[in-house]
Amino acid sequence: MELRVEDAIQWFTKVNEKIQENKDYLTSLDQVIGDSDHGINMARGFQEVENKLSTQEYQEVADVLKEVAMTLISKVGGASGPLFGTAFLKFSQAVKGINPVDYTSFTSGIEEALQGVMHRGKATTGEKTMIDVWAPVVHSFQEAHDFEDNPFLKVAKQAMEDTKDIMATKGRAAYFKGKSIGYIDPGAASTYLIFEALEEVIKGSK
Amino acid sequence: MSYVGIVLISHSPKIVEGLKELIREVIQDVPIELAGGTEENEIGTSMEKIMKAVNDADKGKGVILFYDIGSAKMNAEMAIEMLETEAILVEAPLVEGSYVAAVESGMGKSLMEIVNAMEKNF
Repeated sequence: MELRVEDAIQWFTKVNEKIQENKDYLTSLDQVIGDSDHGINMARGFQEVENKLSTQEYQEVADVLKEVAMTLISKVGGASGPLFGTAFLKFSQAVKGINPVDYTSFTSGIEEALQGVMHRGKATTGEKTMIDVWAPVVHSFQEAHDFEDNPFLKVAKQAMEDTKDIMATKGRAAYFKGKSIGYIDPGAASTYLIFEALEEVIKGSK
Repeated sequence: MSYVGIVLISHSPKIVEGLKELIREVIQDVPIELAGGTEENEIGTSMEKIMKAVNDADKGKGVILFYDIGSAKMNAEMAIEMLETEAILVEAPLVEGSYVAAVESGMGKSLMEIVNAMEKNF
């Protein structure tokens, strides 16, 4: 498959549904090792994304991704805004002019997204952040050859669960030091939802 | 005479309002702009608020930015990347740093001189 404008819109419509459904769950994760606002912030940001995507017209996938990015940057409020915002902004720049987005270009896009998150957050893998999900997913895309035969969702789920065992050394969770062990990172959990939504779009297009 | 502008960024509007009040006790002429809270004045930070504050604080000699925690830094970095203004985000304590910077700016120091003073002091 290739990702068309309508697929991209559907992707983020599904992300919004998942974020709204899991708003309290995400906030509960953030209650333990953060400031209890992750679910609320993400729900506000993605609701705004949905409002934009359902009313505007887009020429290409890159335009959809840019809209998502700018909306998250201005509406989320917490650290997730600039992080997810930068991810989708870099993604958008990487696939600009490519429409629909083929598998190779999509892979370049999420590579750039990951680099963007790492640069913005000055973080790397193993620090109990969303990067611990983004990085293995990117790797899965690099290893596979098309959307359908890519086990990225399984990879993402395992990676998200593995953040339980990591002690946070980045972000506000780092203040909690050893107490952060045993809990899934909220940013890793919301990143998983983003890829779960992508998987559904890919399945639905078969 | 124009001065280096100062932007105070915090998750809480009240923190920067109080801080500005504190600085204004001693320094009246230096431009100080606030970017506290989200667009809705809730706890958080807003890139757009920071961009506006930088624009308003810029009187031709550049702007120095101070922040409190977490997302404030990332939003400030993005705001600077999007603007043409000469603006520098410094790693100094929000309260003491901006207080000293306001005094230095009031003495007519350049942006780089103030940034260097921050690096030396904190």
